[in-house]
Amino acid sequence: MIDRGYYSGFGGAFLPEILVATFEELERVFRQAKGDPDFWREYADIMSTYSCRPTPLTYAENLTRHFGGARIFIKREDLNHTGAHKANNVMGQGLLVKRMGKTRVIAETGAGQHGVATATMAAKFGFRCTIYMGEVDVERQRPNVFWMQRLGAEVVPVREGTRILKDAINEAFRDWVSNMDTTHYVLGTACGPHPYPEMVSYFQSIIGKEAREQILKREGKLPSRVYACVGGGSNAMGIFSGFFEDPVELVGVEAGGKGLDSGRHASRLCSTDASVGVAQGYKTYFLQNGDGQMLETHSVAAGLDYVGVSPILAHFKENGRVRFEAATDQEVVDALALTMRMEGVIPALESSHAFAQAFKEAATLSRDDVVIINQSGRGDKDIFTIADAFEDPTWQDFIMKKAERYHA
Amino acid sequence: MLESYLRARLKERNILLMTHIVLGYPSFEDSFRIVETMVEAGVDLMELQIPFSEPIADGPVILHANQQALAGGATVQQCMDFARHVAAAFSIPFLFMSYYNILFKYGVPRFASEMKERGLRGAIVPDLPPEEADDYLKAMTGNGLAPIFIFSPNTPESRMGRIAASGRGFVYCVARKGVTGLNTQFTNQLEEYLARCRRATSLPLALGFGVKDRKDVEFLQGKADIAVIGTQTIRLMDQGGIGAVKDFMGELR
Ligand SMILES: Cc1ncc(COP(=O)(O)O)c(C=O)c1O
Repeated sequence: MIDRGYYSGFGGAFLPEILVATFEELERVFRQAKGDPDFWREYADIMSTYSCRPTPLTYAENLTRHFGGARIFIKREDLNHTGAHKANNVMGQGLLVKRMGKTRVIAETGAGQHGVATATMAAKFGFRCTIYMGEVDVERQRPNVFWMQRLGAEVVPVREGTRILKDAINEAFRDWVSNMDTTHYVLGTACGPHPYPEMVSYFQSIIGKEAREQILKREGKLPSRVYACVGGGSNAMGIFSGFFEDPVELVGVEAGGKGLDSGRHASRLCSTDASVGVAQGYKTYFLQNGDGQMLETHSVAAGLDYVGVSPILAHFKENGRVRFEAATDQEVVDALALTMRMEGVIPALESSHAFAQAFKEAATLSRDDVVIINQSGRGDKDIFTIADAFEDPTWQDFIMKKAERYHA
Repeated sequence: MLESYLRARLKERNILLMTHIVLGYPSFEDSFRIVETMVEAGVDLMELQIPFSEPIADGPVILHANQQALAGGATVQQCMDFARHVAAAFSIPFLFMSYYNILFKYGVPRFASEMKERGLRGAIVPDLPPEEADDYLKAMTGNGLAPIFIFSPNTPESRMGRIAASGRGFVYCVARKGVTGLNTQFTNQLEEYLARCRRATSLPLALGFGVKDRKDVEFLQGKADIAVIGTQTIRLMDQGGIGAVKDFMGELR
C-alpha cells in the first residue's frame, strides 16, 4: 500500500477518480526529486540567485527594549522575491513541473502573494498561468491582481460560495480535472490531498534550516519560542521544521478576527467552532456546521481567511508539539503599527498575527530568552487595508484625487 | 439487491435511465414533484444529491443548485426525511449522492443504517476513492446497501479491477475529464473506453457526464447498461419548469 499521507489520522487523499493518475505521477516525481541530492542543490541555488536566500535574521533591538523581556529576532521572509515565503514553495513546484514536462500552471490565491509568486515563476519558466481568486480578495488585494496580470497571468475572479480562498481552491480543482494532462496545480499552502502537505512543507523547510543555523551562530543557543502565523500552515511548517527535534516551544497564531466568541474568525485549531471533517481532498479541522457545511470565515488578513488547516499542524495540535493561539484583527493592526514605528519593517497583515502573539508573551520571558518571529511577508500589498485600518486622511485624499483624474 | 433489480429490468429494456436531482432545489416540494414526474416518465432509478457547500466535482449548474438549496436552508435531516417519503411512495430504487464530509459528519455507520431504514439502495460519493473507504464499505455492505464506485477514462485497467471489487450494484463510468455539465463527444473513443470498463468488471455499467438527449442515449445502447442524465434536467427545470422536464423525459427513450 502506498503512503497516503496520514498524520495521526489527519490528511489522506480524498480524490475524484479522474485525478488519481495525476496524483500518482506527482507523488512519483516528488519522491524522485526528494531522494535526489542534486535537486535540493538546484533548488537552493535558484532561491539564492532568483530570490534572496538565505533571508536575514534581524535582531529587533527596539522592540526587545520596549517589552523588556526576551530578545526578539525576526526571520525576514518578506525579503524574498515577490515579498513573501510563497516564493519558496512556488519555485520548488516549478522545478517539478519542468520534470513532469507540463506547460501550464494554475493556482488559487487569497492575499495574492501566492498568485504573484506563481505568475513570476510561470514567466521565468515559460508556462502559461491562470490564477483563481475569490471576488472578495480581488477587492481587498487589488495591487496584487495588477501585478499578476502584468506578469502575464490570467486572473479569474471566483464568484461562487463565500468568494474567498476556499472557493478559489474549488475552482482551481475544477480547472485541473479538465486540463491535468498539460497543467500542474501549484497549491499554495500545506493543505489539500497528499502529497501537497508534505511537499509544500518540504520546500518551506528552507526557512527553518536557515533560521536554526542563524540563531545558533548569532546567539550561540536555540530560541525559547518560535512564532508563526497559520493560514493553511505553510510558513509555520517551514520555520517550525527547523526546530522539531529541539527543546523549543512552537507557537502557531491563527486569525482571531473579531474575537473567538464572535463567530467571525478563522481559528480552526484554537476555537471550539471547528471540528474534524473531509473537504478539498483531505481530512483536518474545518470550520463547519453540524451537517458538515463549511462556514464563512473572517480575518483582516486575506491569507489567513481559510476554513481548513494543514493536516500536519492538526497532528501537532493533537500531540501537543505546537501551541496554537489566536490574535484579533485589532491586536494585529496594533502590532503592525508598533513594529513599523520601532523597527522600520513592514510585516504583512498575515505575519502581524505572529508579532501580536509574541508581543503578548515577550515581557513574561527573561532577558536570557530568545524568540524568533517569522515575518512571512511584507505589508506593501495591504496598503489599502492598512490605510483603512489607520483611517489615514491624507491617503484617502490622495485616492479621491486620483479617482477624479480617472473620471476627467 | 440493486444489481439483481437492474438485471431484471435490463431483460425488458435495452438501456436503463438514471436521473440526478439536487434535494431542496429549488425547494423540497419541487424536488418531490420532479421525482414524481420522472418516475411517471419511466425512469429506472434515481440519484438524490444531498447538497454540500464544496462540491468540487460539479460544474456550474449543479454547483449553483447546491448553493441555492443550502441558501434555502436544506439540511441533511430534511434530505433523509425526503428520501423516506419518495422511497415509500415510488417503487424504483433511490440512491444518495453526496460528498464524503456529509456522511463523515453524520457518522458513517449511522448514515448507512438510516439509509437502509429509509429504504434507500446505495450511494455514490465522488470524493471517496476505495483506498479511503474502509469504514464506508463496512457500513454499506453491513446494511445491504450498494457502494457505487467510479471509473474514469484515465483509470488503468488494473485499477479498474480493484475498484470494481470494492463496489456493488453497478459501476459509474465518467465519460470524460472535467466537471459535470460540460459537453461530451459520443465517439469511438468513448465506445473503446466502455469496452475497457466492460472487460474490467461483470457489474452493470452506468455512463454519465454530458448525456443530454435521445441520440446520446441511443449511442449508449449495447455499450452501457444505464444512461445517466444529470445536469440536463436541472438546466431544463431552470429554464422551463417541471413541464419542460416532463416533455424531455418522454422523448428520451
Ligand atoms: C504573507 C503571508 N503570510 C502567511 C500566509 C498564510 O499562508 P500559510 O499559512 O500557508 O503560510 C499568506 C497567504 O497568503 C501570506 O501571503
